[in-house]
Amino acid sequence: MLTIENLHAQVEGKDILKGIDLDVKAGEVHAIMGPNGSGKSTLSLAIAGNEDYEVTKGKMLLKGTDLAELNTEERAHLGVFLSFQYPVEIPGVTVTNFIKTAINAHRKANGLKDMPASELLKKIRDTAKLLEIDSKFLSRSLNEGFSGGEKKRNEIFQMAMLEPSLAILDETDSGLDIDALKIVANGVNKLKSKDNAVIIITHYQRLLEYIVPDFVHVLFDGRIVKSGTKELAHELEAKGYDWIKELA
Amino acid sequence: MPYTEEELKKELETKEYEYGFYTDIESDTFPIGLNEDIVRRISEKKEEPEWMTQWRLDAYESWVKMEEPDWANVKYKKPDLQAISYYSAPKKKPKYESLDQVDPELLETFNKLGISIDEQKKLSGVAVDIVIDSVSVATTFKDTLAKKGIIFCPISEAIKEHPELVKKYIGSVIPPKDNYYAGLNSAVFTDGSFCYIPKGVRCPMELSTYFRINQAGTGQFERTLVIADEGSYVSYLEGCTAPSRDENQLHAAVVELIALDDAEIKYSTVQNWYPGNKEGKGGVFNFVTKRGICHNRSKISWTQVETGSAVTWKYPSCILKGDHSIGEFYSIAVTNNFQQADTGTKMIHLGENTRSTIISKGISAGQSQNSYRGLVKVGARAKNARNFSQCDSLLMGNDCGAHTFPYIEAKSNSAQIEHEATTSKIGEEQIFYCNQRGIDTEKAIALIVNGFSKEVLNKLPMEFAVEAQKLLEISLEGSVG
Repeated sequence: MLTIENLHAQVEGKDILKGIDLDVKAGEVHAIMGPNGSGKSTLSLAIAGNEDYEVTKGKMLLKGTDLAELNTEERAHLGVFLSFQYPVEIPGVTVTNFIKTAINAHRKANGLKDMPASELLKKIRDTAKLLEIDSKFLSRSLNEGFSGGEKKRNEIFQMAMLEPSLAILDETDSGLDIDALKIVANGVNKLKSKDNAVIIITHYQRLLEYIVPDFVHVLFDGRIVKSGTKELAHELEAKGYDWIKELA
Repeated sequence: MPYTEEELKKELETKEYEYGFYTDIESDTFPIGLNEDIVRRISEKKEEPEWMTQWRLDAYESWVKMEEPDWANVKYKKPDLQAISYYSAPKKKPKYESLDQVDPELLETFNKLGISIDEQKKLSGVAVDIVIDSVSVATTFKDTLAKKGIIFCPISEAIKEHPELVKKYIGSVIPPKDNYYAGLNSAVFTDGSFCYIPKGVRCPMELSTYFRINQAGTGQFERTLVIADEGSYVSYLEGCTAPSRDENQLHAAVVELIALDDAEIKYSTVQNWYPGNKEGKGGVFNFVTKRGICHNRSKISWTQVETGSAVTWKYPSCILKGDHSIGEFYSIAVTNNFQQADTGTKMIHLGENTRSTIISKGISAGQSQNSYRGLVKVGARAKNARNFSQCDSLLMGNDCGAHTFPYIEAKSNSAQIEHEATTSKIGEEQIFYCNQRGIDTEKAIALIVNGFSKEVLNKLPMEFAVEAQKLLEISLEGSVG
């Protein structure tokens, strides 16, 4: 699904990623953990194609396509979805209108006509039900006045609607209470299949209790310094990150 | 009466002559410049009664003494009013033989707006034989209105057919001495619309100038008069949503609305005249005076979407004379490239318990300047007057400007006036978020702008709102690179 080789990236001339190698296969869930400032969000934004994050070396391939060739929306059309750590507000644009625009943009890119209204409505209803989202929520302006938890749930709602091949969840667990966390995790688990992959970026192993990763990677100072299975997450939880710094 | 051989021959000769020589058509255009004689000749051409001629002459006389105002937040080279011809023959030869000759950029815009080929031809000045659809629509439309006693016709026709109404109301809300451009318009207007809704009648359809585009076109000095008699209702749509490449430098229209007791007038405008090119060359100067008067318990709503013109200078206003009357102003003004807009409203509260609402949305891109200027005035007699104003500005890029000039004058201490203002910028983060969801940048901007303008777009009649949305998209195309 996603192959990253020796990825180096800069933000405002400062090296943040210093040689990342990562191989994510279809059907897998990878967790990327690490202390603040280790480059986790930079990695997700570099994959998504944010222009502020300049790739200086190495490459990223999604389903065999070199991502360097594609701009942000083309990467999205190919199946990259990023659940934002800080989703932006768009006043006056309802959740429904936004997702409709996004879905039809994907369809257009794939040579399909707009999704018929009835089909779209059904999909929205089913997804809202799955994530226990109230229908009133769907007519509110995107992220405007949303609580932290509502914003994150809205991100997962969009993910479920767009059905990406590669979902990157950046700190999706922050701001969620335990009930909301379970709902979100449940949603992600239901959407998981052998054809898609998930990358979870997190500080804590809390979310990993509910979405069990196949692999856990520890990022520190722009490099993956340790990889393992879900036990590594437990170890980090117990021992903190200090011992990791020794490895670097 | 059947033709004689001689007459037929003569007729055929003239026809040939007409098509062969421009001079004959041109001869019906007045020489450039403005003086009393020109005003008299306009009135003569329009076969107006003596009182109208005199009205124009009085207007001219006071106009000559006035000076062009310059207090607006706009900069432009004042048009030379002696270099314009104030009357030209209504019949023009088609500009082009086929659509192939029309500017492809213009056609592209038409396609984006979803305008049919026939309409495209009409709008760009291509010869069309008969547009059956619009002919039949216009006819049925006239019948329906006539049955209700509604008068909807060119103002020149109304001057002749309904002099008692025109005489009573023309200049009653905007007297010729009101301002420089209103004075000029009063002296030289050649066309416009007249509308009268009788007592207690609810106009069954949106009245649109579009339906009589053949007769009216968009005159340089348009004059509109709408009278809603007691207890009546009308929704009036002004403007054509196609971007007509009108090269006239100056447009100085006057619109007067009269809402008698318990009447309601909804007046919606979509203005998209030529804004000039990307370097700021050319474009229309749009200096319009629009004002309505509300009698007891009546209501006037102005809704405008302004995307065109190089310089826009207009303040659709309400005089809330009657007790319990309501004035509303909903506006979206978009400026891009080098456009300048200074627009807003005046709400003059005179009666008791009068209410007004102002929602203004300014969107600036490129190197444009966008100003809101509004006055809320509460007279001493206007007990319990209330106003709510909200002015929001959206900026795109770093080279444009948004300005807000709210003026408040309250002489009644029971008045309640609220003013809110916000300024925001379309952020790269918003664009990136949309991009990540597969939405390209152009579409993302359209989405953000539409969201920003929603409160006003919702006030437009349905079909107008859809076109207005498309217009917003087109006007802002390429504004974020």
